[in-house]
Amino acid sequence: MAFANLFEIALGAILVNNFIFSQFLGICPFMGVSKKIDTAMGMGMAVIFVMGVASAVCWPINQLLLNLNLDFMQTVVFILVIASLVQFVEMFLQKAMPALYQALGVYLPLITTNCAVLGVVLQNTQNNYDFIQSVVYGVTGGVGFLLAIVLFASVRERLEFSECPKAFEGFPIALVTAGLMALAFLGFSGLKVF
Amino acid sequence: MNIKQQFKEGLITQNPVTVQLLGMCSTMAITTTLFNRIGMGLSVLVILTLSNIIISLLRKIIPDKVRIACFIVVIAGFVTIVDLALKAYLPDLSSSLGLFIPLIVVNCIILARAEGFCYKNGVAASAIDGIAQGLGYTVILVIMCVVREFLGNGTFGGGILNGGDGIRILPESIPALDMILPVGGFLTLACVIAAMQYFLNRPKKGAEKHEEVSK
Repeated sequence: MAFANLFEIALGAILVNNFIFSQFLGICPFMGVSKKIDTAMGMGMAVIFVMGVASAVCWPINQLLLNLNLDFMQTVVFILVIASLVQFVEMFLQKAMPALYQALGVYLPLITTNCAVLGVVLQNTQNNYDFIQSVVYGVTGGVGFLLAIVLFASVRERLEFSECPKAFEGFPIALVTAGLMALAFLGFSGLKVF
Repeated sequence: MNIKQQFKEGLITQNPVTVQLLGMCSTMAITTTLFNRIGMGLSVLVILTLSNIIISLLRKIIPDKVRIACFIVVIAGFVTIVDLALKAYLPDLSSSLGLFIPLIVVNCIILARAEGFCYKNGVAASAIDGIAQGLGYTVILVIMCVVREFLGNGTFGGGILNGGDGIRILPESIPALDMILPVGGFLTLACVIAAMQYFLNRPKKGAEKHEEVSK
């Protein structure tokens, strides 16, 4: 039963309640870093990592806050934890994978302001997930983000060569594409396993 | 920089959503009733203005290297205040906006204005900038909401008018539910930005031609 529950959470986070297409979290990096598949892949990986670790770190902190009756401080505390985590990932990538670090550029520090990361942590607390559930939700939420951004990047690479009305050039046509992909993801909404 | 110009930038030429492309998550999400939208827009406006003021006051004290973290703490503080205030005085609004109130912390508009404007400008200018940008955001929210509510639900002013149900314009069988779902958010925002690009580019070209002629 425990496994079934985790599987349901995972499936929900990846497909049914995909962070980008059905919850509108993390749209800024989704639009910003999706021009090439490589960078989209890197961004997705970074987000999976940050979301997983953030869920794991924030869970005990949240328990502490609840015990101290400081739960109104949640937002402030969580965002600080996330900000320092992102800083850590940035330093790690700079040393270990300079090429990826260069490619991600300004968007890496921007993971701090990626609503998906703060969103996942807040949802963990709202849904009263236990530690394992939180981590699973965080990681699979990141996987959902990766899936969405890579799919979108591969469409967008082709989009550059296609013609469209002048006013729609650039950003708006990308949004229309994303809308159509959201429509496709809407098809998952009936999916319920157990 | 004068006030009039700042408002023009916030509302049109440097509109945070349609031109700077910031804060799109909250622009597209949030249930599509007018009441929620205005509530959200005003919350952002208040938080943006207050954090702009505080950050521009602190700009000479905050060390350069940790400025982003400092900005976020200031913003998170104001977001918490607004969140608690909404929970206390407008519980309905608070519950329907849900997660998106705490998520104002990571709304890129606020951080971008802090970094790009308040860190370099004085208190008065920053306060006005906050109001102007906040209004620009609210206006786009309201436009999108009206369009989506009309196409998706066939009503106008849900949440406020006609006892919360809104005024029905189209009969119930016509509207496409898709417009209220995420799909509609993407498509409507695309059209709004496209319209904005169209109107912003047009007069500019006219002006260039005019210059060429006068030369």
